[in-house]
Amino acid sequence: MSDVIVELKNVTKLFPAVVALDSMNMQLRQGQIHGFIGENGAGKSTLIKVLTGVHKPDDGEIFINGSKMVFKGPADAKKEGIACVYQELNIVKDLSITDNMFLGNYVKAKSGLLDYRYMNGKAKEIMESMNQEIEPQEICGNLGMGRQQMVEIGKAVLQDAKVLILDEPTSSLGEKEAAELFRTVRLLKEKGLAILFVSHKLEEIFEICDEVTVMRDGKHIITAPSSEMTKDSLIAHMVGRKLENLYPKEENKRGDVALDVRGLTRVGEYYDMSFTAHYGEILGFAGLVGAGRTELMRGIFAADPPDQGEIYIAGEKQDIHYPQEAINCKLAFLTEDRKQQGLVLTETIEKNVSLVNIDHLKKGFLIDRAGIVEQAADCIEKLKIRTPSANKLAGELSGGNQQKVVIGKWIVTDAEIYIFDEPTRGIDVGAKIEVYKIMNELVSQGKCVLMISSELQEIIGMCDRVVVMREGRKMAEVERDSQHFNQQSIMKAAWGGDINEYAEK
Amino acid sequence: MNMRKSKSKSMPSFFGPLIAVFVLSLVLSVVSESFLSFPNWMNIFRQTAINALVSCGMLMVLLTGGVDLSVGSMVALTSCAMGVLMTRFGILNPLILMGSALVVGFLCGGFNALLFTKLRLPHPFVSTMGSKMIFRGLALFVTGAAPIAGFPDSVTFLGYRNVGKFPLCFIAVIIVFSLMHVFLNFTALGRKIYSVGGNKEAARLSGINVPGTLNFVYIMSGIMCALAGIVMIGRVGTAAPLAGETFDTDAIAACVIGGASFSGGKGTIAGTLIGALLIAIIRNGLNLLGAQTDVQFMVIGAVIIIAVLIDVIRTSSELKSKRLSKATAAAELLDLF
Repeated sequence: MSDVIVELKNVTKLFPAVVALDSMNMQLRQGQIHGFIGENGAGKSTLIKVLTGVHKPDDGEIFINGSKMVFKGPADAKKEGIACVYQELNIVKDLSITDNMFLGNYVKAKSGLLDYRYMNGKAKEIMESMNQEIEPQEICGNLGMGRQQMVEIGKAVLQDAKVLILDEPTSSLGEKEAAELFRTVRLLKEKGLAILFVSHKLEEIFEICDEVTVMRDGKHIITAPSSEMTKDSLIAHMVGRKLENLYPKEENKRGDVALDVRGLTRVGEYYDMSFTAHYGEILGFAGLVGAGRTELMRGIFAADPPDQGEIYIAGEKQDIHYPQEAINCKLAFLTEDRKQQGLVLTETIEKNVSLVNIDHLKKGFLIDRAGIVEQAADCIEKLKIRTPSANKLAGELSGGNQQKVVIGKWIVTDAEIYIFDEPTRGIDVGAKIEVYKIMNELVSQGKCVLMISSELQEIIGMCDRVVVMREGRKMAEVERDSQHFNQQSIMKAAWGGDINEYAEK
Repeated sequence: MNMRKSKSKSMPSFFGPLIAVFVLSLVLSVVSESFLSFPNWMNIFRQTAINALVSCGMLMVLLTGGVDLSVGSMVALTSCAMGVLMTRFGILNPLILMGSALVVGFLCGGFNALLFTKLRLPHPFVSTMGSKMIFRGLALFVTGAAPIAGFPDSVTFLGYRNVGKFPLCFIAVIIVFSLMHVFLNFTALGRKIYSVGGNKEAARLSGINVPGTLNFVYIMSGIMCALAGIVMIGRVGTAAPLAGETFDTDAIAACVIGGASFSGGKGTIAGTLIGALLIAIIRNGLNLLGAQTDVQFMVIGAVIIIAVLIDVIRTSSELKSKRLSKATAAAELLDLF
């Protein structure tokens, strides 16, 4: 029962400015559930994409049943029996279960028309083999998330998958559904499938996985039977110990309360969130991807208004219904997704920088061209935006420079409270340090900075205080001078553990 | 920093159509001797006017990523409203007649805007397709399906009078287009229209009133149609409820030939004027050559497809060169390891 089906040897994948996979090794065995964990951005998704043929590795080899394979595309991986159920399901909600399972592999009768009688029967049979009672003609959109996921797993079984990758399969499931999923996964294991189980929940690793691999910074850290690991040892492996002084942190005097959030709730996203942020400090928001941090900030900024709760700015209660009102309250929101939400890529730097404050740059009826040009030139100089001209289109800039344009667009508004959502994602080290310095400067001017980051080092490196969130709730709040202000403790809270455990030891 | 501002080096998107106008004029002047004559050119300008005005409103809508299919019906309905006021209520005051046309245009545009921004119909393609039929039906209803003639000269002068030998209606077009150019490029609201079309979510999160901006462009489209309706009464002498059935496609064609994109955020006033001129020149030239309507349709259709094709090729080659430069950067990174 321990035949290796898939083996990755020294697989390396480079992206501009990032080494996503660095000589990664992994073996998946028949009839085994293999847990796979790592911090946000450790390279898990890239590895999945290499396995499923979406990305071509720059170096290294993939072996299937002992013979070397080169996947030219997802179709090749599929042919070798590798199937993946992504966190975002690939279900066409308007189609039936049968249609979804047979999508792309429709079976035709002799007449040349689709043989629905056969396909419906087969769909029912496969789902029954997974202990699922279904009506094959049911429309998938009417099913719960758990059932939809089952349909996708059923599709993999139908296509005779040998290897099944489950990417955070329980993240959108309730407890009951998760238990149901585990039963099915064990059943598939009995049938001899190799299963790669990516998870953000340590308990699940111990509950269901035979072996576990930890990954960090694109590298393989350890593979061991899960019975030989503990939560603490897994966390220690995920965090590692790196001493890099990337963070030009400057101490500042904490001022008055700038933002006071009380009991903010948006059902399904975050619940009863309360915190205060002061002038002259950087308040970090740590947590796993999907912990509800971005959603919370969108709530404060009224991009998606919250259902309940109160927001006080500089001591005064504010009713914020639209982003315009948030801006009038001197809030600035630097979104995580620069391209989709921060910039108008088809416009020049100059115009992007004046996007928010254009109404204040008027001379009579017309806009103040000279003012706009001057403002853009200022930003380019102050923020060190590398561009030949302020007339370059935002879409033509590198990630780091795009981020600086977004920062510029808000700095010119004279906002007092800056929300940075993953400000350094996808930008190179040099630009990162420049972004940190800009934050330092804002804080030294007495402004308030909130920073969401999924890089714990960044949180530890730059923040004066950190709020840890998990599944839409606040798990902990840690001061910089606290004994818990370290990666282990914060990660523990983010993964649902008790932050005080470490202190007692 | 005294960085010298260099104007964007890429050619403006209307450069291609502008060349097409010249080449086409050259060819037509060789094959038809009357083409280059002064009266014929004045004719072309006159024929451009209505489409140009409609296209001007259409461009604003396209810039936001929408489309207005009801323009032809709005032209008909606004002119018929004037006709009904004249025949049914005996109003001959040109200011009241023209003013009411503008009000009707405003209301029609407002109706389109509300369908989209308040009732949240998914895409203006569907809502304006519906309103197109409603407005057409209204035009037929108020006129009893019969064209109305006999407008006073104080209304029709805009459509047929000349200043010297130059058609007044094209002077109006030049004035409207100049104003619109200044509006789109040098006012806050104008810039917001581009921003909303370029990235609706980024615009919203930057505090721009997106629904308000969208309401504005649909209302402006209605008002431009009212202007076109007034010019049309002067050009043909009647308010006809069935007029302008191809105006929507003509206007979209002018904008697209001039470099506007269906996905929004791209397009210029100058390009739109050239697009409208190009269409009029093709029609005029083919008429001079004795070509029938069938050929005219086919040629204009081909021109639209070629114009968009050129844009697609240009965009994809830009993307490719960007990708190649990225790949070189990645290869350099690889060398470092």
